[in-house]
Amino acid sequence: MTNRQIRDFKEKSMKSLFFIGGVGTIFVLILICLFLFTETLNFFKTYDFIEFVTGFEWKPGTNPAQYGLLPLLAGTLIVTGGAIILAVPIGILSAIYIAESSGPKTAEILKSSVEFLAGIPSVVLGFFGLIILVPAIQSAFDLTTGQTALTGSVILAIMALPTIISISEDAISAVPAPLKQGSFALGANRWQTIYKVIIPAAFSGISAAIILGIGRAVGETMAVMMVTGNMAIIPGSELFLSSVRTITATIALEMGETAKGTEHYYALFAVGAVLFILTLGINLVADAVKKKQRAGV
Amino acid sequence: MKTIQNLKNIKTTFVKKETTKSTKRFPAQLPAQLTALFFILLLAFSGAGCLGQDADDKTLVLSGSTSVLPLAQSLSESYMKNDTEALISVKGGGSGTGIAELIDSSNDIAMSSRKIKDTEASNAESKGIKPIEYEIAKDGIAVIVNPANPVNNLTLEQIQKIYSGEIKNWKEVGGEDAQIAVIARDSASGTQEFFTEAVMGDVSYRSDLITQSATGAVTQEVSRNTKAIGFIGAAYQGNSIKTVGIKIGETTVMPTEENILSETYPLSRGLYFYADQDVKQIADDFITFVLSPEGQKIVRETGYAPVKNT
Repeated sequence: MTNRQIRDFKEKSMKSLFFIGGVGTIFVLILICLFLFTETLNFFKTYDFIEFVTGFEWKPGTNPAQYGLLPLLAGTLIVTGGAIILAVPIGILSAIYIAESSGPKTAEILKSSVEFLAGIPSVVLGFFGLIILVPAIQSAFDLTTGQTALTGSVILAIMALPTIISISEDAISAVPAPLKQGSFALGANRWQTIYKVIIPAAFSGISAAIILGIGRAVGETMAVMMVTGNMAIIPGSELFLSSVRTITATIALEMGETAKGTEHYYALFAVGAVLFILTLGINLVADAVKKKQRAGV
Repeated sequence: MKTIQNLKNIKTTFVKKETTKSTKRFPAQLPAQLTALFFILLLAFSGAGCLGQDADDKTLVLSGSTSVLPLAQSLSESYMKNDTEALISVKGGGSGTGIAELIDSSNDIAMSSRKIKDTEASNAESKGIKPIEYEIAKDGIAVIVNPANPVNNLTLEQIQKIYSGEIKNWKEVGGEDAQIAVIARDSASGTQEFFTEAVMGDVSYRSDLITQSATGAVTQEVSRNTKAIGFIGAAYQGNSIKTVGIKIGETTVMPTEENILSETYPLSRGLYFYADQDVKQIADDFITFVLSPEGQKIVRETGYAPVKNT
């Protein structure tokens, strides 16, 4: 074999190696989907679909057992919603600061701190929440327990911030310099430039950042389970100050004792499928927004 | 997020190189590095395989109840001091999880704070496993409140009403005027299951029940929340929380070792090991050790009541 042939052989084998890597991911995804949805279908053989989607009670222990999705869905939505309200303003402001206002040294320090924040394991954050936040929130609002949706939201906001900050910061930095220079040339000051030129230009990138942040928050289990109290009820007027139970926490809490092949076991797969559809939807929206951004610039 | 940026960079460089039809698509060292990595991984995996085979006779996996966990840990530590080759790993998960893993053959001994259920036993039989029960210790469930709570004792009926939602305020049971924060365990917990059986019976729990996934989380919340009530294994009692006595008629019974052994304390239960009939030698040795006077002495030192006289 000549050198050239050896090189070609290496080239081809490497190419197929990468191909297997890429296709392998899709293969795993298909297997997981198949597994998840066949188990979910098993659930609806014995339990009414409408009752599942519109049920107000999640009580697997009663006889007959009730598997109502609504309290769990409400729990997930309320905790995630709170996290977005907290994380989006802070995230976007700090992204703008890093990209536009800070000096190179501050920007470097801030960026690495954000990355460091992303590296904190969720169980550590959960423990922090349980020890520090739960008693603080209880005494601040004079509640029966500090294990509330709000506590979960604060923890999730901390977890979603790195995603939101780094992706929005990318989008803001990617705004072409001539746009900014044009704005300054027309006499606009810094704030006007940021507000009227940079944010609109980076808008779809920032939206994608927010949506990906939400995606991160929806699927989080451990930290949320530790601080939200896990009450399977639909929160009333207290809203964020009520204890809630998320979809992920339900699966984690109940998976251990359910025997394989029982209705309860399949019910957990059904709520898992709901979560899967939820995050899939969020990711599709994020993709669409990102594509729009690429087309726009 | 740096990784995302890196990935983007890699993508763009690949695209660029393809368009220029360069023959040098990879830096020359890259295949060599990848091959090396591949062999290292291969070695690592095959190494792990060998280790598993050699050491299999001396490894023992226990999993299940978090109530039995501290006991099993100190027992396995003393056992490993005597038999230095033994490798015992102990993990929690809840009684239900432990028994489910025994049925799936992913542990050697299941730790449980309740007896095996009929459904679980028949499930095991269909998989060719015949679980044998060993009672290793006795334990009580302590009902706990915050040390600042003036309530010192409750009747079983009052506890039931608190957990069913009929009693909502501490002043109804002689405490301060405050809503009760009612804490329970997740349904995989043997403590929870025993509590349901012994206290609740057919009465269902209130729906605004705070659910915690571990004994430690219950203790944590009760130690910091003056309005909270919870229940834990008696061995977990400590200074950060206050144990409430159970009132029977005029007397109040505390979950002491003596009361648990004599079953005067109403919330007493056995702690169990379950292992397959054809269990491997080390598991058999370990169970023998646990039931020996030496093992039962450790049971007492860890805060449980021994099942045999020491």
